[in-house]
Amino acid sequence: MKAACWYGSGDIRVETVPDPQILNPQDAIIKVTLTAICGSDLHIYNGFIPGMERGDILGHEFMGEVVEVGPKVQKLKKGDRVVVPFTISCGKCFFCKAGQWSLCDNTNPNAELLEKLYGSSGGALFGYSHLYGGYAGGQAEYVRVPFADVGPIVIESDLTDEQVLFLSDIFPTGYMAAENCNIKPGDTVAIWGCGPVGQFAIRSAYMLGASRVIAIDTYPDRLRMAHDMGKAETLDYASVSVLEELKDLTGGRGPDACIDAVGLEAHGGFEYAYDRAKQALMLETDRPGVLRRAIMACRKGGTVSIPGVYGGFIDKMPMGAAFAKGLTFKMGQTHMHNYLRPLLDRIESREIDPSFVISHRTTLAEASSHYAMFNSREGCTKVVMRPS
Amino acid sequence: MQVIPWRNKAPNVHPIERAVSVVTGGMLFINGIRNGGFIRMAAGAAILGRGLTGRCHMYRLLGIHTAPSDSTLPYELGVKARAAVTVGHPRHEIYEFWRQFENLPRFMRHLVSVDQTDTTHSHWVAEGPGGHTYEWDAEIINEIPDQLIGWKSLPGSQIASAGSVRFTEAPGDRGTEIRVELQYNPPAGIVGAWASRLFGREPEQEISADLKRLKQFFETGEVATTAGQSNGVTPLCVAAGRTGYNTMPSLDEVLP
Repeated sequence: MKAACWYGSGDIRVETVPDPQILNPQDAIIKVTLTAICGSDLHIYNGFIPGMERGDILGHEFMGEVVEVGPKVQKLKKGDRVVVPFTISCGKCFFCKAGQWSLCDNTNPNAELLEKLYGSSGGALFGYSHLYGGYAGGQAEYVRVPFADVGPIVIESDLTDEQVLFLSDIFPTGYMAAENCNIKPGDTVAIWGCGPVGQFAIRSAYMLGASRVIAIDTYPDRLRMAHDMGKAETLDYASVSVLEELKDLTGGRGPDACIDAVGLEAHGGFEYAYDRAKQALMLETDRPGVLRRAIMACRKGGTVSIPGVYGGFIDKMPMGAAFAKGLTFKMGQTHMHNYLRPLLDRIESREIDPSFVISHRTTLAEASSHYAMFNSREGCTKVVMRPS
Repeated sequence: MQVIPWRNKAPNVHPIERAVSVVTGGMLFINGIRNGGFIRMAAGAAILGRGLTGRCHMYRLLGIHTAPSDSTLPYELGVKARAAVTVGHPRHEIYEFWRQFENLPRFMRHLVSVDQTDTTHSHWVAEGPGGHTYEWDAEIINEIPDQLIGWKSLPGSQIASAGSVRFTEAPGDRGTEIRVELQYNPPAGIVGAWASRLFGREPEQEISADLKRLKQFFETGEVATTAGQSNGVTPLCVAAGRTGYNTMPSLDEVLP
């Protein structure tokens, strides 16, 4: 089969590799019908994610048709049309039972490596380094899906692939980011990053009752999408002082909740050069510019919600401000399995059509050039690829 | 991994060796004084000291113990490792599974085989660094059903070891806590342990990984793996020969 493989920073090639096989009795094999490049794939593309090996198959946003199931798979059947969540969860451990699916104890075969780095390991992810299990990803014609009865959600309606694909990651991720804000009627939510997760966070914040959503970015197409599709007020961080504007827009209070939908590769801010230099010297792994501003902007007693990915160490964290203002922090990989059914219901009831974020449609063969284009962010918000 | 401290400094050198050390060390020391050779004086003093005290630091680092001892693994020798896991499964069934030592290689990656020769004795084969296999015979020295198994290796073993595994009920109905403690004298002693640590095979990590596989098996009925999965550097010709399921049986097969 054809698959998009990683060979090094900035080096992604579509190669012919052996087809995946059932390795465990609860596995299924999915024939991919549509897959996407995620913003977090760009962290891999840019070489910020440790634990990658030459030839690793990328991709954690995919859907398709079940073509084979292992002997212990009971619910999923050959021919089912499914969307697969990007986190792999066993459904049986303490964390899965508590609804903290992405913290699953049992799916990462390399848990001891992540344990050494972080103290303990969460669940495995598709196509996201060997620290997260080393499972081959879905930017391929076929993919092996472990615990097939736990993760994949069967799509029975006539919705198109493009309408349901983003249940695999970015819609639930944006939704959980908004849910983590503990939104009350009358609340204002500020969202840094108008990439796909930011776009879904905007929509979700309104769904959850926010009165105002203020979106921050600098790319005109993304700000336009946030404004036109998301009905958000927008701020271009390159032309205004975001902290001053937010203070003014909220009558001096500050936003009730702030979402960092950017993560470890933040741009902008007076300290950008400082962080970039420390990162280059390996004195700091992550550039937390957005996180710092979210903390500074947030109102007293407010919530900072972090769907953006962080991987290592950050510097000059304004902990004093966070403490003085009594902020709440909510973060982590999305507990996908909680959101699949409720969000599919919202799509089926035509409350939202997630395909609005797509800017580019292509085939898997063109993966390499589209990674580069998405990485430049110029005029590109979301790339979806058909395997053939 | 914890290097066991040499607290009461029990002798580790055999009496005959000590006598030889006293004589040769003393001669070297006197020779050094006469000729003003400071290096000879220092070396002589060190060897003399080794003979008089019966304690040799080099032996300790290399895991050598020649002094007579009635225990397989003098408690000051070697390294100690420990790890723990909580498994969401009843204690009795996990204990029963573990007590059938033949089951252990199913989740302990470096064990090749375990054969129980009678109720308290067993023969173990493990694969060590560089693909060498090591064998030893073990005896259960302490056993409390559903709670504790303690063992030590018998004389003549290639690796002297002693250890225990304890099973306790986790609070709040969270299953069973398993704690493994292992003291062993690795090939080439503490030096060997440091070397293997440099190459990324820290014993604590290995035990922890083994325990995680046991947990996966009991909680989900399978052990997470990507072994045999393809990627962009797998030659296409390998695909045909790849194996199917990994070696764990199903839960119903192993539980009484």
